[in-house]
Amino acid sequence: MKRLLLSLSLLLFANQICAEQALPSDSVYQAQITLVDQSGQQWRWNEQRGHVQIVSMFYTSCTMVCPMIVDTMKFTAQKVSSAKRDRLHLLLVSFDPATDSVAVLRDYAQQRKLPAPQWTLARTVQLADTRQVSALLGLQYRQLPDGEFNHSSELILLDAQGRIVARSDVIGRVDMEFVQAAERTLADD
Amino acid sequence: MRRLVALVGLLGCFEAMAADYAPLPVTRFHSVLPADGKAAPASIAAFSMRTEPVTNAEFLAFVIAHPAWRRGNVPTVLADGSYLAHWEESLTLGREALPAQPVTQVSWFAAQAFCESEQARLPSWYEWEYAAAADAKRADARSDAAWRQRVLDWYGRPASSSLATVGGEANVYGVRDLNGLVWEWVDDFNALLVSSDSRDQGDGDKAKFCGAGALTFQQKENYATLMRVAMLSALKASDTTRSLGFRCVRNL
Repeated sequence: MKRLLLSLSLLLFANQICAEQALPSDSVYQAQITLVDQSGQQWRWNEQRGHVQIVSMFYTSCTMVCPMIVDTMKFTAQKVSSAKRDRLHLLLVSFDPATDSVAVLRDYAQQRKLPAPQWTLARTVQLADTRQVSALLGLQYRQLPDGEFNHSSELILLDAQGRIVARSDVIGRVDMEFVQAAERTLADD
Repeated sequence: MRRLVALVGLLGCFEAMAADYAPLPVTRFHSVLPADGKAAPASIAAFSMRTEPVTNAEFLAFVIAHPAWRRGNVPTVLADGSYLAHWEESLTLGREALPAQPVTQVSWFAAQAFCESEQARLPSWYEWEYAAAADAKRADARSDAAWRQRVLDWYGRPASSSLATVGGEANVYGVRDLNGLVWEWVDDFNALLVSSDSRDQGDGDKAKFCGAGALTFQQKENYATLMRVAMLSALKASDTTRSLGFRCVRNL
């Protein structure tokens, strides 16, 4: 019995190793980051593996371009005609983890009508990890003395393995090339 | 008992290897990148900074202790193909990488992980610029044309010439090699040139940036510092180059 348990646990362990090895070298999930989302749930960044995702960064107190980023993400997802659209996840990570608490993220999701499970609004658990997320995604941001942020605005398409397959800096209308990239990625998956 | 001896030996070894950090006082610093995009000085809390850039020997000790950061083990998303490529092997420095030379060909992710391993972090741009504005006699030497010229002369040196070892002249804080040896990563390297203000742009397509306050450069004559900003801004976090190293700081 003991031996069986041992070999079972070895098997599990081996499985885990295999799964880790299979993660591509250029996957953003190679980085170890813990996020907390609008429902208060904490998870590792790489648990999104297996889902095609559109990702961007924002902060809730931003009244300028951020609402446009959110709208652009919404309309982009609506344009995806694939039967697999339900499997397209939308992830927004906050630039401002000090302000964007779980409650603030939850209120924002409600007000802006961004329902789970398709939408995830999250912040990093460690404040310093926000810079890692932006570095992995190739987004720039800078906090100003008045608490506002200057930041670049882009939608980023991650395949199921966490590789960046497309990005778009078109904000305010739908970038059809990006939609097509999402459809292709969902079809390949 | 033997274990105790080994432990003491190990502690002694750590002691010998512990890097020197020098304190820098709290300040309001006039950066080339004004905090509000206009003229506001940056508020910088007191911190301590490694007196020298991280060396090959120190980085070797780090990768011995952290196998995930050895050449060959690091995924490309965290460090590009030339990560530590000038080392002879993953755990051997070899002829192209002397122990006392600053480590280069390290990505931002690797630099961050190193600093974390000694309970430190990468400096912010403001912290780095503040420390680097000092020379041996003055806390702020930037208005001296001769000082600026020396920094520019260093930029002009060909990248192919081999790196000196650490241990240049100390500035007033006791920090060395900020100018004249290697470029250095800062924590917010990817934040420096986020400049366009969305309100200036009527066209939604071009509304790439969010937030108040455009970034403009002060002290335009200070292009030695601006060149560094431009270079850092052009990098991706996984990039590694022959002349780019780093040092760490700690909060005080």
